[in-house]
Amino acid sequence: MKLTGKAHRFVPNDDINTDYIISGRYKFKVDDMNELAKHVMEDIDPEFASKVTKGDFVVAGRNFGSGSSREQAPRALKAAGVAAVIAGSYARIFYRSSFNVGLPLIECDTGWIAEGDEIMVDFDKGEVVNVRTGQTAKASPIPRTMQVLLEDGGLIPHLKKHGGFALE
Amino acid sequence: MHSGAECRAGDIVVASVDFCMSQDGTSTMMIRELESLGFSAPKTKRGMAVVIDHNSPCPSVEVAKIHSKIRDFARTRSIPIHDVGDGVCHQVVSEGGYVLPGDLAIGADSHTCTYGALNACSTGLGSADVAAAAFTGKLWFKVPESFSIKVGGGFADRIGAKDLALKVIGSLTADGATYRSVEFSGEAIDSLSMDGRFTIANMAVEMGAKFCPFGFDSKTAEWLSQRGLRAGNAVSSDDGATYEKVFEFDASDLVPKVAKPHSVDNVADASDLRGIAIQQSFLGTCTNGRISDLEAAARVLKGHQIRTGVRMIVAPASRSILLSAMDRGIISQLLKAGAAIVAPGCGPCVGTHAGIPSDGENVISTANRNFKGRMGNNKDVGIYLASPETVAASAIKGEITDPREI
Repeated sequence: MKLTGKAHRFVPNDDINTDYIISGRYKFKVDDMNELAKHVMEDIDPEFASKVTKGDFVVAGRNFGSGSSREQAPRALKAAGVAAVIAGSYARIFYRSSFNVGLPLIECDTGWIAEGDEIMVDFDKGEVVNVRTGQTAKASPIPRTMQVLLEDGGLIPHLKKHGGFALE
Repeated sequence: MHSGAECRAGDIVVASVDFCMSQDGTSTMMIRELESLGFSAPKTKRGMAVVIDHNSPCPSVEVAKIHSKIRDFARTRSIPIHDVGDGVCHQVVSEGGYVLPGDLAIGADSHTCTYGALNACSTGLGSADVAAAAFTGKLWFKVPESFSIKVGGGFADRIGAKDLALKVIGSLTADGATYRSVEFSGEAIDSLSMDGRFTIANMAVEMGAKFCPFGFDSKTAEWLSQRGLRAGNAVSSDDGATYEKVFEFDASDLVPKVAKPHSVDNVADASDLRGIAIQQSFLGTCTNGRISDLEAAARVLKGHQIRTGVRMIVAPASRSILLSAMDRGIISQLLKAGAAIVAPGCGPCVGTHAGIPSDGENVISTANRNFKGRMGNNKDVGIYLASPETVAASAIKGEITDPREI
């Protein structure tokens, strides 16, 4: 699978927590992910929801998705049209939840990706290509468990398909 | 063995889960998944519970509708629900005996690691994971590597578990223990009350940790027996266990600590922040809303008044803590000093009600997170995290204050 889209970067670059991805101001009262998508990343980039287009990438540094367990974070990113997140590393709960809801996460150094760059992700080769600069980087392989969840469309579809866990 | 076989760090296992829970901010997604699976009753050994604590009592019509859905779900499936006034999920779950020593527990709330204080392995997960565990009684886990954090020495007066937690997180950083099981041990940990251990286990996720199991000792046993709970199947580290990393701290060297805006690992000494004015102080949460926390704040406030121009909001972590604080005269002391008491629950921690700060204000809080906008306003609001003693001292002075100066 290959995906091509535009990169969006943020300040701060590291430790973008799930409060920043979707604020408690909205997530406690809005249960519709398409509505939440209008406020995604609002506290660190109020323009993001209007700028992002389907197939784009959220690009960040270390420890993306730290903090609260709110599954609204990966769900709202997905509902906003984000095709995948590309970051140096991820916090644990966000990492699981993203694959559980079918949002792929790519782990690689991202210092060479600028705001607005066109990025191509080759999932089979585990490669991230900056179409503007021609630069290429290897991503950490997606663990087999997460690949299975992605292929099945998420955790709950996985359980329905196999009648239980088929991950070991 | 929850996985039915010997396992080692790095293995992926499907393990039986003893208990799972969710709260009012995360339940609706779990309920939708469970309904799509045709769920009728939880397969987890000790079942499940739902707690309405994050927006409690309800602040808006939108949230009221979400609460109704949660109540309907619980009623129609005979699932225990802890509603308005019962308290913060982690305190209610601990006091309710849902999680016992040796258990593996999960919750759709990142601070589920709190039950580590009870000699359990517990961790926060997303709503889909909790739905999967409730439906199958199992969940997949990657067996984590472990860190050992040894804390020697003893705590001086007005210095405690929160100062230690902030010191450790400041040293290890916000992702320093990502995916690790973190084990605290040593003389200072042995001397800590169960309330103090809950504080530390609660904050383990602020350095990325998955589990934070404490050893089982006479204090654990006493805490359980006082509540009429069984001792469970206590677990301990293997003799000669190897740790990926070992860290050493000395409680005797600690001073009152404060996490500055906007990250929990941005830690400084309270005495170095003198002169930073605060407009609101908050005592409560799953980190520091327990009886010894309220008592510690009341001790600092004794003979003093909260400074004019400072609001002090207190949210006891549970109904039983509020009752106990009333019996001991603590609530009366706090009220007389000028504090406002709100219902047991999360209070203003997550920014939906009960104390949203105004633009440009500073808040000093006993909570576990100080992210920008966390308390409901992202316009130049600074949240400083500290111990109950430091929060009380700062409320008296109207600026960040080392509680040893009161």
